[in-house]
Amino acid sequence: MAEEQKLFKVTIDNITVEVEPGTTILNAARKIGGDVAPPAMCYYSKLKGSGGKCRTCLVEVAAGSTADPRPMPKLVASCRTTVMDGMIVKNITSERVIDARAGVVEFLLLNHPLDCPICDQAGECHLQDLSYEHGKAGTRYEFSRRTFEKHDLGPYIQLHMTRCILCYRCVFTADQLTNKRVHGVLDRGDHAEIATYIEKALDNDFIGNVIDVCPVGALTDKTFRFKNRVWFTKPVDAHCGCDKCSGKVTLWMRGDEVFRVTARKDEWGEVEEWICNTCRFERKKVSDWTIEGPTEVSRHSVISQGHYVGITKPAETIDKVMGRKPQLLMDIHTVSGVNDPNVDLSEIEGPAHSDDFKKQ
Amino acid sequence: MGVKLLLDKAHVEGIRYYDVYRREGGYRSVEKALKMSPADIVEEVKKSGLRGRGGAGFPAGMKWSFIAKPEGVPRHLVCNADESEPGTFKDRYLMEFLPHLLIEGLIVASFALGSNATYIYIRGEYAWIPDILEQAINEAKANGWLGKNIQGSGFDCEIYVQRGAGAYICGEETALIESLEGKRGNPRIKPPFPAVKGVWDRPTVVNNVETLAAVVPVINMGGEEYSKIGVGKSTGTKLISACGNINKPGVYEIDMTISVEEFVYSDEYCGGIPNGKRLKACIPGGSSVPILPANLLFKTAKGEQRMMNYESLSDGGFATGSMMGSGGFIVLDEDQCVVKHTLTLARFYRHESCGQCSPCREGTGWMEKILKNIETGKGKMTDIDLLWDIQRKIEGNTICPLGDAAAWPVAAAIRHFRDEFEWHVNNPELCLTQNFGLAHYADAREVVA
Repeated sequence: MAEEQKLFKVTIDNITVEVEPGTTILNAARKIGGDVAPPAMCYYSKLKGSGGKCRTCLVEVAAGSTADPRPMPKLVASCRTTVMDGMIVKNITSERVIDARAGVVEFLLLNHPLDCPICDQAGECHLQDLSYEHGKAGTRYEFSRRTFEKHDLGPYIQLHMTRCILCYRCVFTADQLTNKRVHGVLDRGDHAEIATYIEKALDNDFIGNVIDVCPVGALTDKTFRFKNRVWFTKPVDAHCGCDKCSGKVTLWMRGDEVFRVTARKDEWGEVEEWICNTCRFERKKVSDWTIEGPTEVSRHSVISQGHYVGITKPAETIDKVMGRKPQLLMDIHTVSGVNDPNVDLSEIEGPAHSDDFKKQ
Repeated sequence: MGVKLLLDKAHVEGIRYYDVYRREGGYRSVEKALKMSPADIVEEVKKSGLRGRGGAGFPAGMKWSFIAKPEGVPRHLVCNADESEPGTFKDRYLMEFLPHLLIEGLIVASFALGSNATYIYIRGEYAWIPDILEQAINEAKANGWLGKNIQGSGFDCEIYVQRGAGAYICGEETALIESLEGKRGNPRIKPPFPAVKGVWDRPTVVNNVETLAAVVPVINMGGEEYSKIGVGKSTGTKLISACGNINKPGVYEIDMTISVEEFVYSDEYCGGIPNGKRLKACIPGGSSVPILPANLLFKTAKGEQRMMNYESLSDGGFATGSMMGSGGFIVLDEDQCVVKHTLTLARFYRHESCGQCSPCREGTGWMEKILKNIETGKGKMTDIDLLWDIQRKIEGNTICPLGDAAAWPVAAAIRHFRDEFEWHVNNPELCLTQNFGLAHYADAREVVA
C-alpha cells in the first residue's frame, strides 16, 4: 500500500487511544483496558455478528467526531458502534451510563434463579462478575421467576434454561463452527428459550464449545456436573496431538485428577482456540496430555484462591492494607461435608449426596 | 369538506377491479412517471414534503435519496403492510378497497428506486387481503403494468406478496427484512441501515402502505402542488383510523388543517362521544404514542388550539404533547379506566417483545405484572415510582423502537393520570367495582346530548 492508513484518535474516559478505522468503541476501550473497558455479556470477538443484545456495554458518546462534534442523543452499544476520528466517549465517567447499566443488570437478574450455590458456572460466571461490579445489592422484583420445560441436549451438554440471558452466543457458535445448527431460540419475548426444535442431542465434533462461550451457567459440561467447584480445581495449560483441533487446552485439576477440560481463554474470558469434543469430554486422564504449566489467572478471580502444588504464591498483603486480619464469617468446611477437600469427589458416581460423605 | 386524494374514489362501485379503477383515472401516474427519469421522481417526492405515514414521519423523498446505488447490485422496495399497531387499521382499508392504488404507487416507487423485485410484506392476521392484492397484481400484469418491459419503457418489475406469521415486531423495518428473508423476526442493529444493506444485504427502501399510495397523487399533481395541501411540514392528506368511544368509528382522510376538537365532534368525522358521555382521554396516533387527557388534547400547553398534524400534535414534547404516529386515533370516555387501559397495552408489548435485548424482554413483563397488581387493588404507592423507573430504564436503551413504544404509554399514563393510579392504590376494593371517573381531566365542553 502506497498510503499509510490513518489511525483514528478516540478518547474514552479522558484517556486517548489510537485505533484503526472500523474498530468498535468496545475494542478501543479494551486496548486501554482496566475499568475503562465496558462489560460485555453477549459480544464475543471471535463470533461474527454477535453483540448488541445485552445492553450492558452501553456508553455515552459525548462528541461524535472531530468533523461532527455533536453528541449522540441515546446511549449506544459500544460493541457494535465503530469509532470516528476525534470521538469522545464516556463510560464510567458518565452518570447516565452507570444508571442505565445498573438497570440492565437488574433486568438480567430479574428472572435469573440465583442458584449459584448449586451452579457449576459459579466462580467463573460473567453474570456474577457483572452484578458484583455494576449491579445493586437488592432487587425490586416481587414476582415469581419464570421457569421452562426441561430439554435434554444429549450426554455432554447440560441446559439450564432458567439461567440463560439470551446472549445468542451459542447460536452464533453453532452457526459458525458446525455445518448444521440444530438448536436455536424458540418463542419470543420473556419466554424465548434456547432449545432444539424436536428433542434432539447436540452432536457435532465442535458443539462442546457452546459451553465455553456461555457467559452464565445455562450450558455446562455434563461430564463435570456437580463433580467439583471450579475454585477447588487448578487450571493448567496442556496440549495433545489431536487430529481434529489444535489440542491446546486448559485442564482443571485437583491433585493428579483431571476434572474438566476447557479451551484456553484470554483476559476477556474469550476462547483463544476452539477445541473438539474428544479433547473436551473424553481425554480425562493426565497421561492423555503434555502439561505445560499453570494457567495465568487474574489475582482477583476466586480461582486464584488455594494453591498449586510446588508453586510459591505471592505474599498476601490484605492484613497490611486492612490493618487487621479479614473477619471469617463462617468456616464452611466445618459446616458442610460437601466442601471438605479431603473427600475424593471423582470416586462418587453421579451427583454427590450427603450420604457419600458419611462413609468416611 | 377537506381535500381527498386517496379515498376520493373509494366508494365507486367495483373500484377494487382493474377495469373500474382504470376508467376512474387509475395508472395515470405510472404513465407519467415512466416518461420521467427516476431522479426526477425522487425530486418530485422530495418537493412534495410527503412524510412517512408509518409512524416516525420521516420524509419519504429523503429516505429514497439515501438508497445506496452500488454497481451491479439489485435494489429492492419493500412495502410495509404489517400494520399491527393497536388502533391502526388505515392500511387494511386501503388494501382491501383500493388495492390498485397501492400497486400503482408501488410501480412508480419501484421505477424511481430501480427495484425490479418489489415485496409487499403483509401481516399474517390480514388473512384475506393477500388474495385481493394478488388478484390486483394479476390484473395489472395482464394489462401490461407489471412484468417485463412495462408499457414499452424497458423497465421490468415484479411485485410479490409475502405473508408474515403474526408478529408486531415485524413492522419494524429491519425485523421485517429478517422475516422476509425467512429468518426469525429479530430487529437488526443499525447501522448499517436498510438503505445500504437491507434484504439479502442489498440496498432496500421500506415504506408504509399509505406512503406508497400517496406517491400516486404526488406524481399526478406534481410535488409542488401536493405540498400546498396541509400546513407547514405536514403536507398532503393523512388517513386517520378512529376507534373507541365515538359515534362513527372508521377511516377518515384529513388534510391536516382541521383541529382535533373538530375531528372528534364534527359529524363529518367521529361524530362526538356516544351516550352523552364526556371525553376523558385520547391516544392520537396508535397505541405506542403518549396518551393525552382531554384538556391537553384540544389545547396545547401554550393555550393554542391543537390541530390534527405532525407539528401540533407533538407540540410540548412528551411533557404535554403526543405524536401523530400511525394515525390510530383511540378515544376514551369518562367510563374508561386508564390503569386498566395501560395494563392492556403493557400486556400487548410484553407479548410482542422479540426477547432479543434485555431491557425490553424483562422490563415489559415486569411492568405488566406491576400494573396488574395496581389494577386489581394489590398495588403499593411505591409501585408507581417503580413503574416510572422501569420505563425510564427501557426507553432509549434498546435495539429497536419497541422498547420506547412499550415505555411511552406507561410514562404518559403516570404523567397525566397519577392521581388515578394513586386512587387505585388507596381504594383497593372500590377500584374493583368502580371507576375513577373524570376528575379534573374533563373536557371543558358541556355534555352535548
